[in-house]
Amino acid sequence: MMLAKWRPKPSLPSPNVGPGLTGWFRKNLFSTPGNALLTLVCAAILLVTVPPLLRWGLLNATWLGDSRGVCDAASQGGSSGACWVFIKVRMGVFMYGFYPLAERWRVNFAVLVLASALLPIFAPNLLHKTRRQILLSIAATLTVFCLFGWVPAVFIAFYLFAPFALERLFQGKPFLELFGSQALAVAIGIALAVVGGGLVYYAVLLGVDAKAAGAIGLIALVLMLFLLFVSRLTTTGWRWVLLFTVYPLFAFFMLVGDVFGLPLVETHFWGGLFLTLAVAVTGMATALPIGIVLALGRRSTLPVIKTLSVTFIEFVRGVPLVSVLFMASVMFPLFLPENVTFDKLLRALVGIAFFYAAYMAEVIRGGLQAIPKGQFEAAMALGWPYWKMMGLIIIPQTVRLVIPGLANNFLSLLKDTTLVAVIGLLDLLGVAKASMADVEWLGFTKEAYIFAAIVFWIFCFAISRYSVFLEKNYHTSRQ
Amino acid sequence: MLPSVTPEKETREPVITISGLNKWFDTFHVLKDINLQVGRGEKLVICGPSGSGKSTLIRCINRLEVHQRGTIIVDGIELTNDVKRIDKIRRETGMLFQNFNLFPHMTVLENLTLSPIWIRKMPLKKARELAYHYLERVRIPDLANKYPGQCSGGQQQRIAIARCLCMSPKIMLFDEPTSALDPEMIKEVLDVMVDLAGSGMTMVCVTHEMGFARTVADRVVFMDAGEIVEENDPETFFNHPQFDRTALFLSQILNH
Repeated sequence: MMLAKWRPKPSLPSPNVGPGLTGWFRKNLFSTPGNALLTLVCAAILLVTVPPLLRWGLLNATWLGDSRGVCDAASQGGSSGACWVFIKVRMGVFMYGFYPLAERWRVNFAVLVLASALLPIFAPNLLHKTRRQILLSIAATLTVFCLFGWVPAVFIAFYLFAPFALERLFQGKPFLELFGSQALAVAIGIALAVVGGGLVYYAVLLGVDAKAAGAIGLIALVLMLFLLFVSRLTTTGWRWVLLFTVYPLFAFFMLVGDVFGLPLVETHFWGGLFLTLAVAVTGMATALPIGIVLALGRRSTLPVIKTLSVTFIEFVRGVPLVSVLFMASVMFPLFLPENVTFDKLLRALVGIAFFYAAYMAEVIRGGLQAIPKGQFEAAMALGWPYWKMMGLIIIPQTVRLVIPGLANNFLSLLKDTTLVAVIGLLDLLGVAKASMADVEWLGFTKEAYIFAAIVFWIFCFAISRYSVFLEKNYHTSRQ
Repeated sequence: MLPSVTPEKETREPVITISGLNKWFDTFHVLKDINLQVGRGEKLVICGPSGSGKSTLIRCINRLEVHQRGTIIVDGIELTNDVKRIDKIRRETGMLFQNFNLFPHMTVLENLTLSPIWIRKMPLKKARELAYHYLERVRIPDLANKYPGQCSGGQQQRIAIARCLCMSPKIMLFDEPTSALDPEMIKEVLDVMVDLAGSGMTMVCVTHEMGFARTVADRVVFMDAGEIVEENDPETFFNHPQFDRTALFLSQILNH
């Protein structure tokens, strides 16, 4: 029998494509009389408010000069603009607080290392190729060499190139499986790391002072622990490991000092944007992992773990952050023996980390509930043990699901760092407030607040845009 | 034992032995006194109406469901609450699900290499070679860098088969692998399963695909209300069912 040939019809263009600019206006701004009215009212409000703001902030503002006299002269001349000279003169304090002038390069260096360590992780689309990552590392090393000299340059080079080397070196059999029992392997591993750290300590001790030896020995110990127990990671995996082991130690020794010939800078000299970012970054980096553990604990079938997690989360959610910070700074020392003291900043950091961990735990738990049961079953059927399954299969999916909620928490964490002012730490807003009390510069509150607001807005907006980018990135890949 | 068991099957060494298995969901008695043996290399098809407990039975074999009474021995290891034993058995058995359950946040290649790398401790390069080998075998080598969400249902199920095979299991469990698929895609999955059967894999399939049962199965088990009603070789099972319940089921499923 002869069959007729069937052809599908050609696709036609959609009639929904809009007719240009006027069409867009009609559709979006003037679709009904009510909407047209709203549009006009909004336009009127903008017309009334925006031009004066621009005149004050930009056109009539005083930008040049380095003393109050310039602004006074301008305002006597009839101009009613902002005095940005005030901000300019105090820029150093706004950025670094009372960190000694000669030591501020240490902050810059620590931030630069962090930025070049984070970029390959957080800009996967831009820097996914090894060649580009190497280029970035070389550029960062050269920058550091030009700005800070050869010792910092050697450090950053080691830090940035280590992941490439580690990925290639550690592909063999994991240390944990070399011996019959895992407990034995753990014991031997810890012993090896301690011995290794001690050896490094004494080796360095021959050349440099005891404190430097302690610092390097500690870094060596932590690194060795990870080298022994982690294996078969990708370059990015190693970047994460370094970020959570070497970087915190490095940042601590760099910023606090008292080793490698760096003068001690106690934390009560820290302030400004630097303190804000230090608190926010450590808060984010610690609160999320703790939150994940709490969320898993709350879903656990083991009653003790479940009760502990629920109690902690509900307790923390029931008290305001300010009271947690007060507790950390005033009450906590009362419970300690007299000669034991913890740094005030450290206590604030711990308080913020646990406070936000409770909130993030609930966000993560919401995401965990949205993961289909089949995902757990498929992983279990393939023989995945609980923690590996959670870490590599379930949590990555969960975090992707709850990006909007996590971004919310990160944003409010960043802004809540201003609350450390109540325990006497001067973050960006605290410094702004303190500078208003300067007798020489009375009467510039608006400038100080607006500057602080703009800086906060820039960081918050960046986080918010980044979360949108992540969502889109994962959405397209999952369809 | 039923008279129809052929001598060939008796010589097979049993790889799954289930005896006196009972399971309850709360108070509901879902599996009643199940006795079943599967020989090495045998292809067993379990069929029955929905709610008959066939999925629960197959999920007991790799401990996705916990049984209350009776013993299950898989490849010489008895299933208990001991996590090490459970993990060992799960590594020997692959399981296919109705909804594929691929990991949606990873590419197909990552789905395939993840378990060999992290569970079997295979070097990355070898795991990739293995993954490409099995993708070739399920006839979709060009999908390696796609995400599961970009693949059709039939392709996803074949990827899931490849994912199991990458762990080189001794036993494959199929829990209604074609039930969520369009008719046009069922065939491509069944072809791969037939191909797999030809390679001597031990297979336990819960399925409604009677054509597959007829051509591939060594033995067909019919379940209803949590019990095994009858088991037989496909020839006898389809042409001369022994119980009226089986005959009714067959008439409903074959003549709709």
